[in-house]
Amino acid sequence: MAERLKLREPFADPAHQAAADRMGMFVFLGTEVMLFGGILAVALADRIRHPEAMIAASSRLDLWLGGINTAVLLTSSLAMAIAVAAMHQDRPRVALGALSATVALGLAFLGLKALEYGQDYADGLMPALAPPAEPTDPAQALFLNLYLAATALHAVHLTIGIGLVLWLASRIARRPEEQAMTTELTGLYWHFVDIVWVFLYPVLYLVR
Amino acid sequence: MTDIQAGLPASGIVPETAEERVSYLRAGHSLRSWLLTTDHKRIAILYLIAITAFFFIGGAAAALIRLDLLTPQGDLLSNEGYNRAFTIHGVIMVWFFLIPSIPTTFGNFLIPLMIGARDLAFPRLNLLSWYIYVLGGLVTIYVLVTGGVDTGWTFYTPLSSMFANGHVVAAAAAVFIVGFSSILTGLNFIVTVHTLRAPGMGWGRLPLFVWSHYATSLVLVLATPVLAVTLALMAAERLFGIGIFDPALGGDPLLYQHLFWFYSHPAVYIMILPAMGVVSELVAAAAHKPVFGYWFVAFSSLAIAVIGFLVWGHHMFVAGQSMYASAVFSFLSIAVAVPSAIKVYNWTATLYKGHISLEPPFLFAMSFIGLFVIGGLTGLMLALLAVDVHVHDTTFVIAHFHYIMVGGTVSAFFGALHYWWPKFTGRTYSRIWGRLSAIFIFLGFNLTFFPQFLLGYLGMPRRYHVYDPAFQVLHVLSTAGASLLGVAYVLPFAYLLYSLRHGAPAGPNPWPATGLEWTVPSPPPKHNFDRIPVVTEAPYAYPVERRGDDG
Repeated sequence: MAERLKLREPFADPAHQAAADRMGMFVFLGTEVMLFGGILAVALADRIRHPEAMIAASSRLDLWLGGINTAVLLTSSLAMAIAVAAMHQDRPRVALGALSATVALGLAFLGLKALEYGQDYADGLMPALAPPAEPTDPAQALFLNLYLAATALHAVHLTIGIGLVLWLASRIARRPEEQAMTTELTGLYWHFVDIVWVFLYPVLYLVR
Repeated sequence: MTDIQAGLPASGIVPETAEERVSYLRAGHSLRSWLLTTDHKRIAILYLIAITAFFFIGGAAAALIRLDLLTPQGDLLSNEGYNRAFTIHGVIMVWFFLIPSIPTTFGNFLIPLMIGARDLAFPRLNLLSWYIYVLGGLVTIYVLVTGGVDTGWTFYTPLSSMFANGHVVAAAAAVFIVGFSSILTGLNFIVTVHTLRAPGMGWGRLPLFVWSHYATSLVLVLATPVLAVTLALMAAERLFGIGIFDPALGGDPLLYQHLFWFYSHPAVYIMILPAMGVVSELVAAAAHKPVFGYWFVAFSSLAIAVIGFLVWGHHMFVAGQSMYASAVFSFLSIAVAVPSAIKVYNWTATLYKGHISLEPPFLFAMSFIGLFVIGGLTGLMLALLAVDVHVHDTTFVIAHFHYIMVGGTVSAFFGALHYWWPKFTGRTYSRIWGRLSAIFIFLGFNLTFFPQFLLGYLGMPRRYHVYDPAFQVLHVLSTAGASLLGVAYVLPFAYLLYSLRHGAPAGPNPWPATGLEWTVPSPPPKHNFDRIPVVTEAPYAYPVERRGDDG
């Protein structure tokens, strides 16, 4: 596969640079795994200490909104994969279309998440921000706070991802011939953020 | 060297050499050409300047601590002031000096040169990591100027999240930010070592310095993100009371300690592994012999990196964790001494029957080995469950980790500085002053910290500044040692800067040592190698002496 990228110091060979870039992104995603790993470790510790309260608090989350969001995000990854394949086949117009779909689905996810946060706030499921009218069991509040922290951290990553895709699209629009590798790397990041959700959704919503 | 200087003009200033005119140092003179550089050698110099500044700020805090401990009443600082002094000392020395010290300066400068590459794999990312470091440093200075923080460098909950009065969130933010600088440096090194080795530079031909930096980088990228999320949760706890570490809300303060030490114990190996890599280079050059047991030394770095992830619980023996967990952590902590001991034995075996040079860098290497052995053996004592209960949270622990971090890492840092300074700058410095500062640092260090072993064993708690008058003699000794150490640390600063204009030209290989970095001119040209070298021999290919060659 010809590597379509812009050669830079200290590399003299495109395939060599592509291998280094790919490896760099995978190492970076490894650090991200450890970052979210900390959150999952806390979730596990809480689960072991307070199993009933965790189940009770988890049951109060909106399973349907979370489920729809999972579908939205998985579909966005499909669009991203199409964009990567299109760029490797030198079809920038297809790629731009797919990237637009990726951004739209990413924004849809954030919109639904905001809707869900609003609903949670109204239902007293955000004890850290607004103490609910009737007192919540402390351990349940703990779960709800962790839910907020974990999903907010994920949303931050997704926002960065949307920014990256927009930046990538503007580069493809200007200079399509050099962006295949950049597209692939952005795609790796996007899929990673998707996979994080694939772990967060069962841990927060389904294990009830 | 006096012979060379005898023929110089009266001013003593040595004019610019031909190598210097085409070196990386002269490739652009504007401030912009430095601040926007992507040359790994210039970025190493930027880091050297930044971490030296933080070394002196952290050292000033240490001076305050030692002065305050001169008298049993703590006359100099208030209780609050003392807490803030040791906290800022710890935060700055750990995150803004020790962790970045050797990797970001010598690693940055030397890894491409040692493996035969023109730069790191991601030069712009390298520059970005310096800016992130500086941003984190500015936040720390903001914390310092606006009154500091009093939790200790560990930010233990619930003290940090509920009770402390200082700028806990800002200090945590500074550490969070500087962590990304570490991550990017580690990432850059890993990819560089994998992809940019020169033809013929197989894994078995990498200098041990590169091996140890590779192991360090693995720890950097895998441990640092855990610290980031832990500090973020601690800050959210303090700001919003989310309860994860608050027992009143069902949270668990011990969970913070687990997560913190999951990073911070490996962080100790981030500090010591690069130092071990430096010492491997220095010992081989000092003895003029190949390193004994190359593969053992190389793989012991990886073993330390891996086992180092599994020992964090030894910080929590008296914190109430399960005794079975403590037993396992104790065993693993003893196990991690094995690869460390392999290194020490192999360095010693390398020196055996060598024609040992006692030039300044090698004196630093010898002092590293001695101090590291004391630090390591007292570490074994601390890994034993029963002994730890007695000396936990005393100055015995302080002395132990200062023997590793200051006696070990800082000695190696100065050894590296004296060894590669001619390569960095093209100039040699006064060998006499170099030897003197190595000796003063060794003596001053021991006088500062050996009394703290005795104090701790007798029961002097750490982080207290009002103490039983019976302890005063040892405290005064320690403070006297710290004064000597302080002077000894300033000395190299003076004669190294002096050498920039007055030192004799070093030539490409002043020691003379093996390694690709010594094959290029000093200072190296901007792109390191005119032609990428082809490596045809094993590392440390010093001539073998036969029986009867004895001089």
